[in-house]
Amino acid sequence: MIVRSPMRAACCALVTLFATAASADIKIAYIDPLSGPMAATGEHGLHELEFAAEQVNAKGGVLGQKLVIVPLDNKLSTQESQIQLQAAIDQGVHYIVQGNGSSVAGVLIDAINKNNERNPDKAVVFLNYAAVDPDFTNDKCSFWHFRFDANSDMKMEALTSYMKEQKKVQKVYLLNQDYSFGHQVARAAKEMLAAKRPDVTIVGDELHPLAKVRDFAPYVAKIQASGADTVITGNWGSDLQLLVKAAKDANLKADFYTYYAGVVGTPPALGDSGVDRVKVVTYWNPNSLAANRTAYIDAYKKKYGAMADPYTGSMHNAIDLLAASMTKANSTDPAKVAKAMEGAKWDNAFGAVEMRATDHQLIQPLFVLTFAKNDAKARYTADGTGDYTFKQDVRFEGPATARPTTCKMQRPS
Amino acid sequence: MELFVTSLLNGVTYGLLLFMLSSGLTLIFSMMGVLNFAHASFYMLGAYFGYAISTKVGFYPALVLAPLAVGSIGALVERYGLRRAHATGHVSELLFTFGLAFVIAEAVRLVWGSTPVPYKVPVSLDGPLFTLYDATFPTYKAFMMLVSVGMLVALYAGLTRTRVGLVIRAALTRPDMAEALGHDVPRVFMLVFGGGAALAGLAGVIGGNAFVTDPGMAESLGTIVFVVVVVGGLGSLTGAFVASLFIGIVQTFAVAVDYSWHGMSISRVAPVIPYFIMVAMLIVRPRGLMGTRET
Repeated sequence: MIVRSPMRAACCALVTLFATAASADIKIAYIDPLSGPMAATGEHGLHELEFAAEQVNAKGGVLGQKLVIVPLDNKLSTQESQIQLQAAIDQGVHYIVQGNGSSVAGVLIDAINKNNERNPDKAVVFLNYAAVDPDFTNDKCSFWHFRFDANSDMKMEALTSYMKEQKKVQKVYLLNQDYSFGHQVARAAKEMLAAKRPDVTIVGDELHPLAKVRDFAPYVAKIQASGADTVITGNWGSDLQLLVKAAKDANLKADFYTYYAGVVGTPPALGDSGVDRVKVVTYWNPNSLAANRTAYIDAYKKKYGAMADPYTGSMHNAIDLLAASMTKANSTDPAKVAKAMEGAKWDNAFGAVEMRATDHQLIQPLFVLTFAKNDAKARYTADGTGDYTFKQDVRFEGPATARPTTCKMQRPS
Repeated sequence: MELFVTSLLNGVTYGLLLFMLSSGLTLIFSMMGVLNFAHASFYMLGAYFGYAISTKVGFYPALVLAPLAVGSIGALVERYGLRRAHATGHVSELLFTFGLAFVIAEAVRLVWGSTPVPYKVPVSLDGPLFTLYDATFPTYKAFMMLVSVGMLVALYAGLTRTRVGLVIRAALTRPDMAEALGHDVPRVFMLVFGGGAALAGLAGVIGGNAFVTDPGMAESLGTIVFVVVVVGGLGSLTGAFVASLFIGIVQTFAVAVDYSWHGMSISRVAPVIPYFIMVAMLIVRPRGLMGTRET
């Protein structure tokens, strides 16, 4: 089923028109779902990207030019994404941003590699803010691709390092979405738990179709029957909300170790049923920030509402690095900018980060947090809620989360 | 054994929700011959109206008011849209409802935004009803089952035992004769369409807080209701009831069993099984389990 949304299409077309008219600007195409079941996540990303660009523009832009965002709806489909990539290239876009779905990111990397080889004057740089399949910075690595989120192996490394100390964890159940990312989570969990906690038994390893299940009660009944005390899941969006809801209805006692409990729509769905039971591994922990690093969050909340949370910090990092690298290279030429981005080191809000030159993976601090009632009145609540927050369990510095890479980077001569 | 009992219970619950969804669709089809592609959109409207009304005056008034509101919209759609399309034949009707689904989806997105709304189960129905082995069975699910069974009984009684039901059935089979006897057949059609939409709306009020209320909810359930109606037999209320239970139970057990066939585990394909059943049904028995005409 493909949902067409004529209004949004018309709106995007208009934005595109204006963007074309002002040709002196630096255009950045945003290729993500803006209609269909995952539109909420795509729209949130667009807000953050536009906001990050506005912040740069407010300081005079880059090299005297403004950053202009061109939103292109890919409906979470790989075919649409290729069409939109071509549309962006035809408009003279040299920078694209995408994050929802490693399936889409994989196709974009291939298409960009081919395009940049054939048309060096139309080269494109891919700023990946959330597609976390480890392959993109290992065997499938590309000079034109930069990842600002920690990949799923890095996150699992952090999660299992935390679990190592949790004696409560005895029987683990793996429930994941049936596509490349879900498979990677299940694989990494099994490998790393075997190494760090050989005493733990994996009592279930289940895959379910992406964004198709409405009633998770059958899955929860199975988890219950397995006697699991811990569930590890990479589920995101409605697949996570419904799972936790069903677990609450059946009074499942297990703890949830997740990747995306903080993402738009999920904290309100968790509510009381998620308190002290749902954990998340993330690079985003606003309550750990020093007071002088929160201006960005406060400005974002002023624009999008007090309960909005700019949890996609990787978007902010991507635009910051892009702007800094253009300034450093004194050019907007994609190849020169990409060279300048490689190996960059700077301090983001949470600490020292590095765009590792060998595989273009951002190395950054990671946190394991627990969903909690905001009784201690922490400054920042979870997205979309007024009385829940994420409490820090543990922090890992960038180097502790880094993993070896098999990448053999091919650089343009 | 434990897994068997809980799975059976889960299957019946899910099946009864499917019935709530598909009863309106099968009603409209059997009465008017219109395959309503916008049916799941009325379900979504019911959920959003239920949410909006329950935040103002509470859940129980919403349980009555939201379906009425959705039913009125359905009646208006029939009177000013579908009736005109009807003049040019079934294809126009089909295309009309198809387009309507997109209009409603976009309207919902404009009004309530694209993120899920915090539509919660009322406190009086929240919490466990009884404990079975280690698992609790939520009160709200029992409430859903009750409403669904009540819906079947009321519909069946209404159509076969009351005067209104008699006129409706007469208008269906012999519209000319019913009209000659002084019954306003177009108005009957309008009421049937509105009634079908109201049933979907009621399912929405109840299903919206049990699952998630977001603009994607119509799309995610839109196809499964057609499966139920096709398998049960287009236009058969009892057929839809049996098919709903059957699909609910089959899908639940497919998840529960640990059986692999050539490395492909059954639980992985569980959500797709209803579609296999539909295709098989269309090949073997095109009129469905209890249908009276070919699909």
